[in-house]
Amino acid sequence: MRTVTWRTLLARKVRLLLSGLAIVLGVAFVAGSFIFTDTIQRSFDGIVDGSVPDVTVRAASDPVERRGGPVPLAGVPQTLDAPLVEQIAALPQVERADGTVDGFGLFVVRADGRLLGGAGAPTLTFNFSDAPNALGEPSISVAEGREPRTGGEVALDVRSAEQAGYAVGDTVTLLSTGPVPQIEATLVGTVQFAGGGLAGVTLVVVDTATAQDLFLGGEPVFTSISVTGAPGVGQAELARAVGTLLPSGFEAATGDDVAAEIQGVIGTALDFLTTFLLVFGAIALVVGTFLIVNTFSILVAQRSRELALLRALGASRGQVTRSVLAEAFVVGLLGSTVGLLLGFALAAGLRLLFASFGLDLDSTPLVLRPRTAVVAYTVGVLVTMVAAYAPARRASRVPPVAAMRDEVALPETSVRRRTVVAVALALLGSGLLAWGLGGAGNAVLTVGLGVLAVLLAVALAAPVLARPVLAITGRVYARVFGAVGVLAWQNARRQPRRTAATASALMIGLSLVTTMSIIGSSVNASIERTVRADFPGDLVISNAVGIPFSTSVADDVAQVPGVERVAALQAVSGRVGEDGLPALAGDLDDIEAVVAPDYVEGRAPRTVREVALDTDEAEELGLEVGSTVDFAAAEGLESVEVDVVGLYEPSQALQGGIVSRDLLDGSGIPAQDSFVAVRAGEGVDVRALDRAVERVVADVPTVTVQDREEFTEGQRERIDQLLLLIYALLGLALVIAILGIVNTLALSVVERTREVGLLRAIGLSRRQLRQMVRLESVAIALLGAALGIGTGLGFGTVLQRSVADQGVEVLSIPWARLGLYVLAAVVVGVLAAVLPARRAARLDVLRAIGSA
Amino acid sequence: MSQTAEPTPAASVRDLVRTYGTADAEVRALDGVDLDVRAGEFTAVMGPSGSGKSTLMHCMAALDAPTSGTVTVGGQELGRMRDKELTVLRRDRIGFVFQAFNLVPTLTARENILLPLSIAGRRPDDAWFETVIAAVGLADRLGHRPNEMSGGQQQRVACARALVSRPDIVFADEPTGNLDSASGAEVLGFLRRSVDELGQTIVMVTHDPVAAGYTDRVVFLADGRVVDELRSPTAASVADRMTALQTR
Repeated sequence: MRTVTWRTLLARKVRLLLSGLAIVLGVAFVAGSFIFTDTIQRSFDGIVDGSVPDVTVRAASDPVERRGGPVPLAGVPQTLDAPLVEQIAALPQVERADGTVDGFGLFVVRADGRLLGGAGAPTLTFNFSDAPNALGEPSISVAEGREPRTGGEVALDVRSAEQAGYAVGDTVTLLSTGPVPQIEATLVGTVQFAGGGLAGVTLVVVDTATAQDLFLGGEPVFTSISVTGAPGVGQAELARAVGTLLPSGFEAATGDDVAAEIQGVIGTALDFLTTFLLVFGAIALVVGTFLIVNTFSILVAQRSRELALLRALGASRGQVTRSVLAEAFVVGLLGSTVGLLLGFALAAGLRLLFASFGLDLDSTPLVLRPRTAVVAYTVGVLVTMVAAYAPARRASRVPPVAAMRDEVALPETSVRRRTVVAVALALLGSGLLAWGLGGAGNAVLTVGLGVLAVLLAVALAAPVLARPVLAITGRVYARVFGAVGVLAWQNARRQPRRTAATASALMIGLSLVTTMSIIGSSVNASIERTVRADFPGDLVISNAVGIPFSTSVADDVAQVPGVERVAALQAVSGRVGEDGLPALAGDLDDIEAVVAPDYVEGRAPRTVREVALDTDEAEELGLEVGSTVDFAAAEGLESVEVDVVGLYEPSQALQGGIVSRDLLDGSGIPAQDSFVAVRAGEGVDVRALDRAVERVVADVPTVTVQDREEFTEGQRERIDQLLLLIYALLGLALVIAILGIVNTLALSVVERTREVGLLRAIGLSRRQLRQMVRLESVAIALLGAALGIGTGLGFGTVLQRSVADQGVEVLSIPWARLGLYVLAAVVVGVLAAVLPARRAARLDVLRAIGSA
Repeated sequence: MSQTAEPTPAASVRDLVRTYGTADAEVRALDGVDLDVRAGEFTAVMGPSGSGKSTLMHCMAALDAPTSGTVTVGGQELGRMRDKELTVLRRDRIGFVFQAFNLVPTLTARENILLPLSIAGRRPDDAWFETVIAAVGLADRLGHRPNEMSGGQQQRVACARALVSRPDIVFADEPTGNLDSASGAEVLGFLRRSVDELGQTIVMVTHDPVAAGYTDRVVFLADGRVVDELRSPTAASVADRMTALQTR
């Protein structure tokens, strides 16, 4: 029996290869996702190991996010006095202690005038120190030149220096978000990081005094202290010893703890990425399942006589089922192996893609963890066998007496049972969708399962749903293509299940693409509507990634002729009791004059003791006009009592609390701006003003100037980019669907060899024969398009409705684009038919008729 | 052979009815057949087209279920058996030779011959295998695939396959129907020898008087009933009876 399985596999290797390809692509995606995220993880592990000392003294509330996130200087750094460093260093358990000053908000301008890094990995600035990490090697070592010793000197990491186009001795321009927007310094050296790759992070190293000037107002204090233990002193013991000396609000964290915290934060971000990629792997596998079901169904049908023989010779049903499943197992195993290898290629591709976004992982080799291989094989083999199960069961129901007959028809499940299951699945799916969109449970998972259930229901019901679609196709074919059209149409509907299953694979891809198109188009339409209405003033000056910039920008812009008034706003991470309340601080009169929030209740704040909230925030915090709250501009700051005087409608630009900038006076939060809104004077050409303002801020590359049009465009661009990425990933599902059509057609041609021979014998030309196969293929593709776009319209509308109150209030259906998808389906059909059509046309007429 | 010493029949059929279709369209393929197949005999079932001879064989070989009546093979009554037991019965006690050879195209001759054993998970008895191979004269073709062999050779492989598991009874459905006369004679000669030398019981459905002439006993079927029987037939005597049947 094993021999039969094995020989059958070998005899049909091309067929199985095609269905195996579906597994290959699906598994490649799954494996690639894991390999890629594991590689990122390893890269960051290297960074963490290379940078964490035995013990770190830091503010107890110091969230790890501060190191990784782009939230610079929003709170006040809690600082450690210099004498404490000496005290710690004097402890017997301590080998050495080094004060560290680090911060964000300093950017390197490349030699060509553009900003280095930008929206990708952050730029980290700190004072030079040769303090060792927990592994005993210096975190930072000089690669070339020397370390910076006085003001006006700077060192960069080797890679950044090279990318920025600077050599030792050059003058480097740095931009700051602090009071001095631009700094010039001489590059005195390049440094290397002990952890190996930096994942694209730019390191700017200065001397201690300069770092203190930049980030700590010139005070002789530090943001943290790196402590190295004396030989034989463990991390925990060292932390306890150091802890006794610390003022309240500070802690001594062991290197292991710090590393674990940072890895936890990175892990969460990576989990999201992994999930995102795995979703597409899952889609590919679902589509692949259809392909495999179809391939095995057809193979079993073609072999039914042989299977009947096996039954007549005494093979049990179980043996027949198992022999088909064994074939599936081998296909799954081979597919998984190739998929795993392809996964490496995919991960390498993703690495390149991310490098272009600034997350450079070049120095870390791709990581294959045993888990990746286990998952790849499990998923690949399991999916293949599950998909082959139904055909395998059907194979076992071939009656043994069929071995004696010429024509063998396999028993098929009844249409009624299919319909019942389809309706049940559709109801289940709708329920899951409603439940998930209602926000219950794990919304993404629930909605995903709901969508899957509905798609499976449609796929099951497809033989029935296909009738009207095929009827229309048939009428058109008959009119346009005559007899050949009629033949093609009848071939397409001869085996409605097979046609429907093949079309279903295409349906899934197109359904998801349609859904995304509708969501994207709706989001864009909604953004356009709200952004146009909400755009504060005539021009906005902001930073693309939310990095605040120097207040001098607003001062300079205010001087530009044609500018009537500017409102400069600083974003702060405010607190109300235990809750966070992001707030914008600025000159209240300016805000009212330029931005003019849309007050639905109460009025604008006028004094430093008043605050306005957006309606969502107020609801969340349970506040209303007349409430009094204790507001702190940042965590750890002393709070002040302020009155809620007004509630306003939130907009793209304005959200959270609005407070007077005077509230920040004496808080230690450095004055910076997050965005500046500009009101043009009466009759001033906004376009011209835009250009004038741009000239003024040209030397501050971190900021961009946008008018209403550009701003809207910028918002849309982000959505479009995301959509493009999703389309590219869904393209995989379409590739698998095309493979499915090729497979079905090729098998149909083989199956109908005799018939094809007959048609040729009675005078059908090769060209007509090719045309016939092509038209059948297009009919299948059109069916897939009709079902896919139909369900996609449903999903898209439902999803838009469910997020209508979250800012996507416009339903926009991109009809032109959907029309394009139909055209694309026709092209897919034509392409898929190329090889099977050629094969059919090449058949020798006499032999085709003679073959049984 | 005296009536009293008659051994247990290898297979027997009592009042066998098999109908197809329902109501108006009902076709009675078998209409009350009684038949005993004696062990160690070569029996031919003959009759004109539509006489029910193939249906009779399918029912006796546990490939088809009778509408009424009983079929007993090797002392076991088929009507009481479930699909699993029927499967085992076919596997262990029945051998088949088909008109269209029905070899698995992807397997070599040796693998095709051993297929019933490998389905049953049994090891072949090497001596018996050699005996069967020698009898069919295929020793030098065992490594070939079916499409590399002539029709006669393919049918001899099929015969070897039917014999290799030492079944109680072999059913042959028009085994020479697709063969030229020389190849047909080879196959029939082999079947004859396997009865004489190996003691095999064989039931063969045929409409060829020459083929029937190789057997010990010919049973004639017409319109679903046994209408005649001939012992120690010759091609000529069978042809006479057939002519008589068709002109009846």
